[in-house]
Amino acid sequence: MAMGVADTYRRFQQWAERRLPALTRYRRPENLPIELHRRRIYIVPSGLGAAFGVLLVVMLAGALNYANNSALLLTCLLAASCSASMLVAFRALDGLRLSAIQAGHAIAGERLTLQLHVDAGVRLRQAIRVDMDGQTHAFAVRAHQQFAVEVSLQTEQRGWQTLPRIQLWTSWPLGLFRAWSWLYPDMAVLVWPRPEAGGPPPRSPTDDPTHQRLHHGDDLASLRDYRAGDPQRRIAWKASARHEGLLVKDFEQPRPRLEWRLDWRDLKHLDSESRISRLARWLGEAEARGVPSSLWLPGEEIGHGAGPAHYARCMNALAKLP
Amino acid sequence: MSDGVFGLFRRKRDEAPLDARVFDLLCLTAAVVLVLHATHLPPWLDAALIAVLALRWWQRRRKPGRAPIYLKLPLVVLLAATVIFHYGNIFGREPGSALAVGLLVLKLLETETARDAKVTVAFACFTLMAALLSDQGMVATFVVALGLLPAIATLRALQPARLPISLPRELLPALGLLAAALPLSLLAFVLVPRLESPLWGAPPSGQARTGLSDGMSPGDFVDLLTDDHPALRASFDQGPPVPAERYFRAYVMWQYDGRRWSTLPTGRQPVPVEYRDSITYRIALEPTNQRTLPALDVPLSAPARAILDSDHAISSLKPVQDQLTYEVRSALSYRLQSKLDDVTRRRALQLPAGFNPRAQELAGQWRRTFVERDDLIVKAALALFHDGGFSYTLAPAPLGRDAVDDFLFATHEGFCEHYASAFTVLMRAAGVPARVVTGYQGGYWNKLGQYLLVRQSDAHAWSEVWLDGRGWVRVDPTAAVRPERVSLGAAAAAAASAGQSEWKGAAWLRDLRNRWDVVNHWWSEGVIGFDALRQRGLLTPFGVRNTDTTTLSVLLAASSVAFALLGLLWALWRRRDEDPLRAALRTLERKLAKAGVARRSGEGPQHYLQRAARALPGQRAQLDPLMRSYLDLRYAHQTPPPEPLRRFRRAVRDFRPRHVVK
Repeated sequence: MAMGVADTYRRFQQWAERRLPALTRYRRPENLPIELHRRRIYIVPSGLGAAFGVLLVVMLAGALNYANNSALLLTCLLAASCSASMLVAFRALDGLRLSAIQAGHAIAGERLTLQLHVDAGVRLRQAIRVDMDGQTHAFAVRAHQQFAVEVSLQTEQRGWQTLPRIQLWTSWPLGLFRAWSWLYPDMAVLVWPRPEAGGPPPRSPTDDPTHQRLHHGDDLASLRDYRAGDPQRRIAWKASARHEGLLVKDFEQPRPRLEWRLDWRDLKHLDSESRISRLARWLGEAEARGVPSSLWLPGEEIGHGAGPAHYARCMNALAKLP
Repeated sequence: MSDGVFGLFRRKRDEAPLDARVFDLLCLTAAVVLVLHATHLPPWLDAALIAVLALRWWQRRRKPGRAPIYLKLPLVVLLAATVIFHYGNIFGREPGSALAVGLLVLKLLETETARDAKVTVAFACFTLMAALLSDQGMVATFVVALGLLPAIATLRALQPARLPISLPRELLPALGLLAAALPLSLLAFVLVPRLESPLWGAPPSGQARTGLSDGMSPGDFVDLLTDDHPALRASFDQGPPVPAERYFRAYVMWQYDGRRWSTLPTGRQPVPVEYRDSITYRIALEPTNQRTLPALDVPLSAPARAILDSDHAISSLKPVQDQLTYEVRSALSYRLQSKLDDVTRRRALQLPAGFNPRAQELAGQWRRTFVERDDLIVKAALALFHDGGFSYTLAPAPLGRDAVDDFLFATHEGFCEHYASAFTVLMRAAGVPARVVTGYQGGYWNKLGQYLLVRQSDAHAWSEVWLDGRGWVRVDPTAAVRPERVSLGAAAAAAASAGQSEWKGAAWLRDLRNRWDVVNHWWSEGVIGFDALRQRGLLTPFGVRNTDTTTLSVLLAASSVAFALLGLLWALWRRRDEDPLRAALRTLERKLAKAGVARRSGEGPQHYLQRAARALPGQRAQLDPLMRSYLDLRYAHQTPPPEPLRRFRRAVRDFRPRHVVK
């Protein structure tokens, strides 16, 4: 018997999921773009709508009781207008399209900014509201145009974080009805690791002889015309023989180069998360000082670079570590 | 006003302030409600409320904030006190309306949040309806319906993130909404089941209206005869009676005290009447605040919720507070009460002692001359009025204690009530049973609307004498003096008497007004008079005799569903995809999906069409060119060139996928 009930309930759930996926909240994540249509828009009267319903009943009773047909006509007109506003509410959402979501960057524990790109479709939309992660934003968008709604998302920990369910709703035009639709875009945002608060600086590049690009004397850089005063031993005799004048071998000048080579393997004494947060701090410091850096991680090696794109690439790599 | 006064208006710290536009619209809503109620509120209250509204609007423009409790509370108490002082109580239409309008304006004093605004709008809608309790006219209803516009616009303005528009344009979407709602509201109006009897008592209206009353003393009619408001409209199925038969009986007066005629309590049983044929007609009576329902001489039966008294005057069970439509059957040629009992005869001969000695003497002379011939006595009296130098005027000289003597032998001027009164006194003095009847006489036949418009100025008084073998016979002594009174109306008669002619100059205006009245008639017939009785006959053309409440409810539900479907069609209707190329690709996708190759989500067109070509190898020859031309049209041009686009669309249209036989 109990099995029968459970089975029936499960089948009911499956049916509900199939018929009313957005209402039952069991809807699977879906690909962008998501277009709102009649199967996923729901409408109920708002508090004001319920109050207006009571008001209309009172007006109706009064008009009927006093056999006042003009008052009855007015009541009918108001009631019909209120009902018509329900259809307007539906039309405000119908055909609206969430075409893309652009995610910003954030380190774990901070709010991540998302831009929801909403296409208006063929009609003007006003007073559309987006509920996500406990926040509400209202926007209007003209017909055939796109609007980017900025919402923010509380992040928990580094790595991929799936987007929560988004509600698009409106009480347009009179606030008597609330029309809504749940969106569950199949998308995850990458949350960067939180840098440690403080710790040792990375090993100075000068400590590492292999990374000192000093003048070795025999790294040939180029040939140039002889100038008075050039030492004889620098003359490239073989090359000069095929030329009119003497050619001199020009060697690379020694340059003091400052760069950080950040390596996973150098932090063997730490556990994995601590390594990640230390590397994140170092990357942040390098980015702040404008120091070029390179990063070696198990499975990924990122060469020298600087600037926001490089920083983002490194942080993404850190975020994705298992 | 210094800023110190504005300091009194405070706002709570954590509340979101109301947008200035919303508040402007709210003030507009309240102002419209106030204007619509202005005519039936006392002028001082109008002025005070307008002042409060204007001050509040100005104050909030300078510094938002709600009025403190020690300002609001005394104002509310003051409002209630003045309403009670003026009307005597706080219940009923008039004081109720005044109180509601006042509270609406005072509510604005504390309106600072969206919630306050919503409450105010709802209350304003209710107060708007109250304006219709005192005037149900077409113009009033239309204007009150337009009064919903600022209320709806306010609700709309409360929504966040709107595109900015100017204040007058805020009203346009509301107008559109009302227009869209009109068909459904008319249908609902026709089908909402009416109540046969009220659920609770209708509060009495304290408003005094001009109209006939159950008494008549000299000069009473002057106000009436110059009042051009409609009194009633009568529609006849078989054409109107001739003008000489358009006598609407309202009151029958027996009692005379030397100055004033008045009615007596009558029996419930109508006196017998013999008649040949009768006519049935419908009367739409304007509110009178009286019970009497005028009907053509002589009514044979009473409509619902009214009784026919022994004098064949109809009185309603309740005073007529709103326009009332009723159907009556009358006999135009009749013999009323051919046998007169002694009690009635005594009442019909009653005269106060010690009044009008000369009239009594003249009547005694007639009696001696004509002995038993009562009809000749009547003729003699009419001949006196016709040839005795009498004139018709609405401004007669005042009469003394012996009013009839003064009139008959000194002033010789007056209007219907003087003639009817003098004639009846003469008849009674001569021993002929007689009584005074008041009502309406005449009216304007509106050809377009096929109805008779009777105005208050058509009020009239005449006499009835009882003649042996003929019963009560109507005698109109005024007609003996001024036949125009009967054929043209009181104003015409008065003007003709005075030798004036300006009323003829205004004739076209009068005519125009009479013709325009057809619109009011249609309104009162079609809207105001659409009661439970008429609603039951709604489906008579379709063979349903009696449309009861259940049928009406079912009809209402069914037609609401029909309208909901229409609305849904509108709501679901979407404009065609404006990109023909995308539309064509979608068509192709649909055809391929039927063949079993559906496009996966996120799959590009190239990949998809290649996959389709692999899945349907027999049609690779068609699919490959389709893919190539799609890619070319989509990506090689900013906008697809028209001719290749047409070819692509044709190719898509002609494409017929064949199922793969596996």
